[in-house]
Amino acid sequence: MSETYTLYNSTVMDHFMHPRNMGDLKDADGVGEVGAAACGDIMKISLKIKDGKIEDARFKTFGCGSAIASSSMATELIKGRSIDEAMNFTNQEVVDALGGLPPVKIHCSVLAEEALKAALEDYIRKHPETASKLQTPVPAAA
Amino acid sequence: MDRLPGIQFAFHRLKAILDLMRHVYLDHQAATPLLPEAFEAMKPFFTEWFGNPSSLHEHGLRVREALKRSREQMAALIHAGSPDEIFFTSDGTESANLAIKGVAYANERRGKHLVVCATEHPSVINSVEFLEKQGWTCTRVGVDAEGRLRLHELKEAITPQTVLVAVHHVNHDIGTIQPVAEVGRICSDKGVPLYVDCEASAGWLPIDVEAWGAALVSFSPHRFYGPKGVGVLYRNKKARLVSIIHGGVQEGGRRAGTENVPAIVGAGVAAEVARMDLDARIAHTRELQARLWDGLEKHVGFIKLNGPRPGPDRISTNLNISTEFIEGEGQLLLCDLNGIAVASGSSCVSKSLKISHVLAAIGLDHALAQGNIIMTLGRDTSVEDVDYVVQTFVRIVEKLRGMSPMWDEFQRGIIDSVIRPTGRGKSFSQHAADVSGKPAH
Repeated sequence: MSETYTLYNSTVMDHFMHPRNMGDLKDADGVGEVGAAACGDIMKISLKIKDGKIEDARFKTFGCGSAIASSSMATELIKGRSIDEAMNFTNQEVVDALGGLPPVKIHCSVLAEEALKAALEDYIRKHPETASKLQTPVPAAA
Repeated sequence: MDRLPGIQFAFHRLKAILDLMRHVYLDHQAATPLLPEAFEAMKPFFTEWFGNPSSLHEHGLRVREALKRSREQMAALIHAGSPDEIFFTSDGTESANLAIKGVAYANERRGKHLVVCATEHPSVINSVEFLEKQGWTCTRVGVDAEGRLRLHELKEAITPQTVLVAVHHVNHDIGTIQPVAEVGRICSDKGVPLYVDCEASAGWLPIDVEAWGAALVSFSPHRFYGPKGVGVLYRNKKARLVSIIHGGVQEGGRRAGTENVPAIVGAGVAAEVARMDLDARIAHTRELQARLWDGLEKHVGFIKLNGPRPGPDRISTNLNISTEFIEGEGQLLLCDLNGIAVASGSSCVSKSLKISHVLAAIGLDHALAQGNIIMTLGRDTSVEDVDYVVQTFVRIVEKLRGMSPMWDEFQRGIIDSVIRPTGRGKSFSQHAADVSGKPAH
């Protein structure tokens, strides 16, 4: 089977067809929803955080195959990470874990990073006591 | 438990390869299968009658005769006055380039103004943009919400410096049939040559170039069961046109380069079959178009048909739909995985990340343009195919809406529907602007 048969590689297609962690979290501790100005896609990530660690993550995405796959992969990657580690998360991790994305689709992975960071910021806003313990400076709230 | 990446996908592809699933090709606007009789007619011209039509010996004569026959078949399809008014190019894009640049350069001293419809095909739009960089000016005439050209705007746009009006017969994206006969009358009154792009209509609708008073008409046989690699340009003998590809004196000096003889022969057969078959093709696709749209409208909520309703203002082969709260590329991929080949005008499908310029020109809400799918029927599409597409599409929409934050937010009254507004919540575009920090485009 040729990898070039479709727009995406088989890992991306697998995450598109069978997304992991799709949905919402009841009583989420942090929720981030971001939109891509470039194409109009929208991504939402919900987090459950306990003892400074991401216990669970869910996503919902309005967007193309690579946007859905990127959010699926991002939620897989960040589960179990500390807030500090998650604050340093980059879209490149998503791209690498997916085995690459077409150049025009890299912005989908950026959207996943932004949705995750928006969810973390939401959590920190609600739990200001955690901010002082962080090694990574919290970006100014929008 | 996590699945091994790729296994499910590989399984799906294997299923498709082993042909265990139904295949429904609904992208006839992009390409059609070659007619077996056209293929048969082409074969001897690859091996036996391989001569160059410009050669003076017997081998050249043989293929010259074949080109002449194809010219007659093309002339008959579009009611041209003479086969000598038919020119062969490499495809529809080249024909459009030749029509626009050829007329513009030929009339450079008369004036440097062009008038085109805003929803022309990129081969027309981008040819015009090329000329604009070289000092020509162009007026783009707008369309109404169903894609119909505004005739009064067109009339007002024509100036004494106008050397060409370019209008498509049928829109490649949303299937709108343009009032070409009226445009022809306006152009005749003003004495300006008219070029009609018939890419989306040739072989599917009657064309009468003389009744339109068209100076130039272009089309591609691969849209009506002919081969790729050949385009047609009709040029009325009174129209001035200069060559844009220079070399030998093929095609009466209008288009240099050795003709693609086998493709031209196959295209001629396809044109002849299309002419004989036209009424049956229209009746068949008209019935399926109504069945497909009725099924989708009934079973998929919050879905909109872009362009005119099926009927006299819309070509019988095209359905352009927008399904709300989900994006088009995801729909296209899931259709493909279920054996259904469709196209989309969503920004996610385009390499420029822009929605189709046609959808933008009809003023379609950005959220709806992003949820766009284009289905084009053909003569081999069956009732069973259409019913399978409706059933499958319902499941695809359900799956993608289950993943969409917009669908959820609509249910909770945070955002409103564009198709059937409830009066609760803000618009999708406003919401998208709020979460992206920038206005939606």
